[in-house]
Amino acid sequence: MSTTNSSPREAMLGRIREALKTIAPRPGHAHATEGTHTPPPRDGDFRPMLPAVGQSWDEQCQQFARNAELLKATFKVLPNPAAAREEIQRIIREENWKRLATHEHPFLQQIVRDLGPAVVWADRPYPKMELESCDGAVTTCEALIAQTGSVLVTSRNCGGRAISILPPHHIVVASREQLLPDLLAAFALMRQKYGAHYPSMISFITGPSRTGDIERILVLGAHGPKRLTILLMTGK
Amino acid sequence: MSTTAAVQFKSQARRLTADLEHRQWIFKALRGYETKRDECKARFQNWEAARQAAAEIKHDTINHLDRYLEQFVHHLESRGAKVHWAADARAAREIILDIARQNQVRFIIKSKSMTSEEIHLNEALEQGGFEVFESDLGEYIVQLRGEPPYHIVFPAMHLKRGQISEVFQKKLQAEPVTDPEALTMIARRVMRQKFCQADMGISGVNFGVAENGMIAITENEGNARLTTNLPRIHVALMGIEKLVRTMDDLALLWPMLATAGAGQWLTGYNTLYGGPRMTGESDGPEQFHVVLLDNGRTRLLADVEQRDVLHCIRCGACLNVCPIFRNVGGHTYGTTYQGPIGSVLTPHLRGLQDWKHLSYASSLCGACSETCPVKIDLAHHLLHNRRNAVKANPPLMERLAFAGFKVMMRHPALYQIGMTLGRWLQPLHKLVQGTALDPARAWTRTRQAPRFAGESFHQWWKKNRSNRSES
Repeated sequence: MSTTNSSPREAMLGRIREALKTIAPRPGHAHATEGTHTPPPRDGDFRPMLPAVGQSWDEQCQQFARNAELLKATFKVLPNPAAAREEIQRIIREENWKRLATHEHPFLQQIVRDLGPAVVWADRPYPKMELESCDGAVTTCEALIAQTGSVLVTSRNCGGRAISILPPHHIVVASREQLLPDLLAAFALMRQKYGAHYPSMISFITGPSRTGDIERILVLGAHGPKRLTILLMTGK
Repeated sequence: MSTTAAVQFKSQARRLTADLEHRQWIFKALRGYETKRDECKARFQNWEAARQAAAEIKHDTINHLDRYLEQFVHHLESRGAKVHWAADARAAREIILDIARQNQVRFIIKSKSMTSEEIHLNEALEQGGFEVFESDLGEYIVQLRGEPPYHIVFPAMHLKRGQISEVFQKKLQAEPVTDPEALTMIARRVMRQKFCQADMGISGVNFGVAENGMIAITENEGNARLTTNLPRIHVALMGIEKLVRTMDDLALLWPMLATAGAGQWLTGYNTLYGGPRMTGESDGPEQFHVVLLDNGRTRLLADVEQRDVLHCIRCGACLNVCPIFRNVGGHTYGTTYQGPIGSVLTPHLRGLQDWKHLSYASSLCGACSETCPVKIDLAHHLLHNRRNAVKANPPLMERLAFAGFKVMMRHPALYQIGMTLGRWLQPLHKLVQGTALDPARAWTRTRQAPRFAGESFHQWWKKNRSNRSES
């Protein structure tokens, strides 16, 4: 570390340490000092405050479906990859896709092979404009979150960083075991999977891109995808 | 300087409180927000417990800020991010300008960041010869109009579709449409090109996670995702108070930010960024810079009484419920942060004496304290600011008035004389009421002065006590 960099750093840390010589009372404990009270809340403490999530897979799936509907995302439960492939083909025909973006993934292989439109592989370096000109993207995800209706993607496993944001229609394919109850479970998964070496991006996508900046009227597709379709497959 | 900000505030406030159409427009927007917020609050099993937990999370982080900041920076640097330490706004601007110059940047795209407004970054970049585009729709609209954001979360909430259409036609040669969807699509089309052209993306930071050195950005439009994914350089500007301990803290704070901030259950994109493009990744920036900004924050940290102002997650909930904000509007404040949080914070960032007037622009109703998701007692902090301002610089007239009051209250005879004189002289007050000669002008310009009672309580008591003892 060079001295030019270390000096503003040390100066700022010094100001912080000087300021913190006095501990502020805990919220709601006007005169208490540190150590005399229960420790500050941690992960597990949050669950009883947040919305309840059903115990069974079916309940969680229903909850995800309700959230997706409120968010104006399309959510379909399908029996197997063949059904997902059929559904994607239907969308491609209906929306007349000329070019689609996707990525290599064992789970995706049987679904996206030879679909018709030209393919941009977003998991290898690609020209930006080519991805921008795609009509849609088909990707996997890391998880679906029942409590929030979110799709969790990472730069490592889901075709990079831009594929889920640049094309106007994002189709996400998920498998049965990827449905998780809540954000805490998703963070636990990230820690267990990538703890030593996190991907450069972890993104929770909750519905299609939206804005209410003009007269607070909801408009979908502000900058990102106008449509978000989530296909959950219950079987192999 | 001190009179300028206060005088401007007063004259603007007078103008806008008389603008009924503007007030009704803001009221309508905020009523819509309140309905949605209440629906989202109801989804929590225990919103009050969540507020207490959120307050404790931020308390724990802020009171061990040195430790969490070092942990955060260690993880960031180990993944190839470059961390910069900026003591003040000027240092932060210089750092970002240097990064742009060293990398031969031409076009800069920004996602919404109030911290960048705080350091007046856009002006500095434009003066440095760079083209800067705000990509958040609301921010882009106010940028095109040459205005500051009206509200920290809803920058263009004061504008009607016609005004937005007008500025799009004028500045973008856009077709004359007024439908919100069509207007949004115009901005989308323009921004798409900018995103692909830009060499550098500048974002703010909603939370910094100490556990793994990732920054979290919350947004609805996807513009921050594009800003941080497409250009070859990503610069994130972060106030040092934005830290949380672990990702798990976000499981609570993300839904609370969305609920309190916009009446949404969860914001559209909640994204963690932990570095430039990693080996094996196909896209993302080649360089990732994080600029840590102090700019008065350590001074506030040293103030134990007001330290918890640093717990703020910038949701804007206190603005939305504030009767002052609703009536005077966001631009009147003349500050980066409006509403109660702005009135409390600005004196710490820009000087107490110049900005103390904001702490008096309050009805002390306490709506801000009650709504704050991290339980900052804003209404009392306004009082703290008032007290501190008076302590540091006691106004002469006030001191004289209170000295006189003290003498009078300690001498019943003087008090009696004063009361009697008052009753006699009050009719004369009518002659000057509301004019420049009126000593009570600040009050009587918009209100009626209360009338002295015909008899004092003392006299009344004397009369009635004897009546009662007889009956």
